[in-house]
Amino acid sequence: MSQVFVFCEFSNGKLKKGSTELLSAAKTAGKKITALVIGPGAKDIASQTGEYGASTCFVCDDEKLKSYHPLAFAQIASQTIKDSGCNIFLATASMMAKDLFPRVAAQLETGIASDCTDLSFSGDDLIIKKPLYAGKCKAQVQFNNSPVKMVLMRPNQLPVNTPVAGASVEMKILSTPDFDSRMTVKEVSVGNSDKVDLTEANIIVSGGRGMKEAQNFDLLNQLADTLGATVGASRAVADAGWVPHSMQVGQTGKTVAPSLYIACGISGAIQHLAGMSGSKVIVAINTDKDAPIFSKATYGVVGDLFDVVPKLTEEFKAALN
Amino acid sequence: MRIFVCIKQVPDTETKIKLMPDGSGIDEGGVKWIMNPYDEFAVEEALKLKQTAGDATVTVISVGPKKRVADALRTAMAMGADDGIVIDCENSLDSFTTAKALAAAIKKEPACDFVFSGKLAIDDNAGSVSQYLAEFLEIPHVTVVSGFEASSGKYVVTREVEGGTKEIFELTGPAVVAANKGLNTPRYASLPGIMKAKKKPLSELNLSDLGLSSSDAKVSFTNFELPPEKPPVKFIDGDPAAQAKELVRLLKDEAKVL
Ligand SMILES: Cc1cc2nc3c(=O)[nH]c(=O)nc-3n(C[C@H](O)[C@H](O)[C@H](O)COP(=O)(O)OP(=O)(O)OC[C@H]3O[C@@H](n4cnc5c(N)ncnc54)[C@H](O)[C@@H]3O)c2cc1C
Repeated sequence: MSQVFVFCEFSNGKLKKGSTELLSAAKTAGKKITALVIGPGAKDIASQTGEYGASTCFVCDDEKLKSYHPLAFAQIASQTIKDSGCNIFLATASMMAKDLFPRVAAQLETGIASDCTDLSFSGDDLIIKKPLYAGKCKAQVQFNNSPVKMVLMRPNQLPVNTPVAGASVEMKILSTPDFDSRMTVKEVSVGNSDKVDLTEANIIVSGGRGMKEAQNFDLLNQLADTLGATVGASRAVADAGWVPHSMQVGQTGKTVAPSLYIACGISGAIQHLAGMSGSKVIVAINTDKDAPIFSKATYGVVGDLFDVVPKLTEEFKAALN
Repeated sequence: MRIFVCIKQVPDTETKIKLMPDGSGIDEGGVKWIMNPYDEFAVEEALKLKQTAGDATVTVISVGPKKRVADALRTAMAMGADDGIVIDCENSLDSFTTAKALAAAIKKEPACDFVFSGKLAIDDNAGSVSQYLAEFLEIPHVTVVSGFEASSGKYVVTREVEGGTKEIFELTGPAVVAANKGLNTPRYASLPGIMKAKKKPLSELNLSDLGLSSSDAKVSFTNFELPPEKPPVKFIDGDPAAQAKELVRLLKDEAKVL
């Protein structure tokens, strides 16, 4: 029988939603699940992995692993995956996982597929799809000569089961390896944003050149605060220095897939559409009724964003209270 | 100092993707090929490192069909890279085999002091060649790099993760650094640069020279599909206040996303 290994991430003492999605998918398919949690506080997470279906949870709980060290984390993960005897590996396509697991795949001489959006089990096998060409098409991933099929899934793609309180899980403690001295963590400067990252956001409010100048992004921040949304931008705006590059959505920015994407003063160039057309519902606000953004939009508002956005903030406030 | 830059050729970002009728892949006819945008940042950073290092050679290296991939290498040489290596093969390979080929080609060279690459290629969106390569070369890697400083054999490398958080690493020797947008502003190839690039050495290898074959691939793609057609946009009429009210109603009652 196929055995599934799930790398789990957590924050503030709780499993991240992406990890619960993967545990749920494997559990629903009736798989034997082994979990791995790394970092200070990992021990307290083990029981949560059990509640979502893991029968074994490896933990490497050490203050030294507070910051991500690619070589140390790779050593822990490779060894544990090997020892577990699993043939399917799942993790959320987080910034850490996308950096770490291709290296682990190299150590295991196996294949990896990153940023997948569809996952289902079919008997002992696994059916996965991922977007290619920045979402302009999708394809099914086939693994060949791969002892472990490694899959990194985008979050918010799969249903989450109700956790089973008190489900038992066997916790196995791992020791921290010696750190490779060729690379040291010098500093981690925590971002000032307490907002969900664009790639994980459920609602995104995005601004383009139609915003006219940097300080007008305050309008979008107010709208975003009302909705609990994250603010994004077009490349024109990032290149102009109005917002940091980390806010850029598109083919050379972030690929996003929220439930709701509100594009304000964005024309909808093909490179921008490539990064956000996977959004469930798209709203476009633009003075030009022929702007290409309307070809991908669910709802279109032809109008001046400086009139529409403040009204919209008011309406959302009223509706959400 | 010997610096390598790994580059990939990808369809232009303007390209409308068409599929083969049997869904086995994309129709490459009529595709305009460009250097992967993230690789331009990698070339630029290598050229900057060469400037600080003084005595250095920047070698650009690519895996793919020679007849087109050579253009991307010439572009990089026109920007200022000193020479190029093309690993000729019929089609693009998967990340594993690409990295094996790059590692084998780099190991054939007398020295490797640093490697740059792009954080991902915008075609297969894998973002894994850099890490595979680093492991095969037995050196560290840092990906999604937006800051790079070199001084006397040490490197301080900044990588940006979720929420604007920055992880800053210090490296004491060779590594693979995968560039993100924001790292630098790539220079344009000047006309004299383009002329000079034509005469710069471009050496050629094929997979069998490196003991590899395209059948070593670990990952392949089948059943290509285009995204489902979207129903046409629903325009909302009225003055801004009426538009805002109606939009919120639709998002709540029809789309149910609130
Ligand atoms: C290799 C490459 C990669 C690229 N990658 C990306 C990428 O990742 N992401 C990206 O976004 N772009 C990318 N681009 C750039 C892309 O081609 C466009 O130039 C860019 O997206 C345009 O940004 P914009 O829509 O903000 O600006 P514009 O195209 O200038 O559009 C501004 C829009 O605002 C509207 N407007 C103006 N005033 C108002 C108002 N008061 N109220 C309402 N609407 C108003 C206008 O009608 C117009 O439609 C890339 C380009 C290249 C060549």
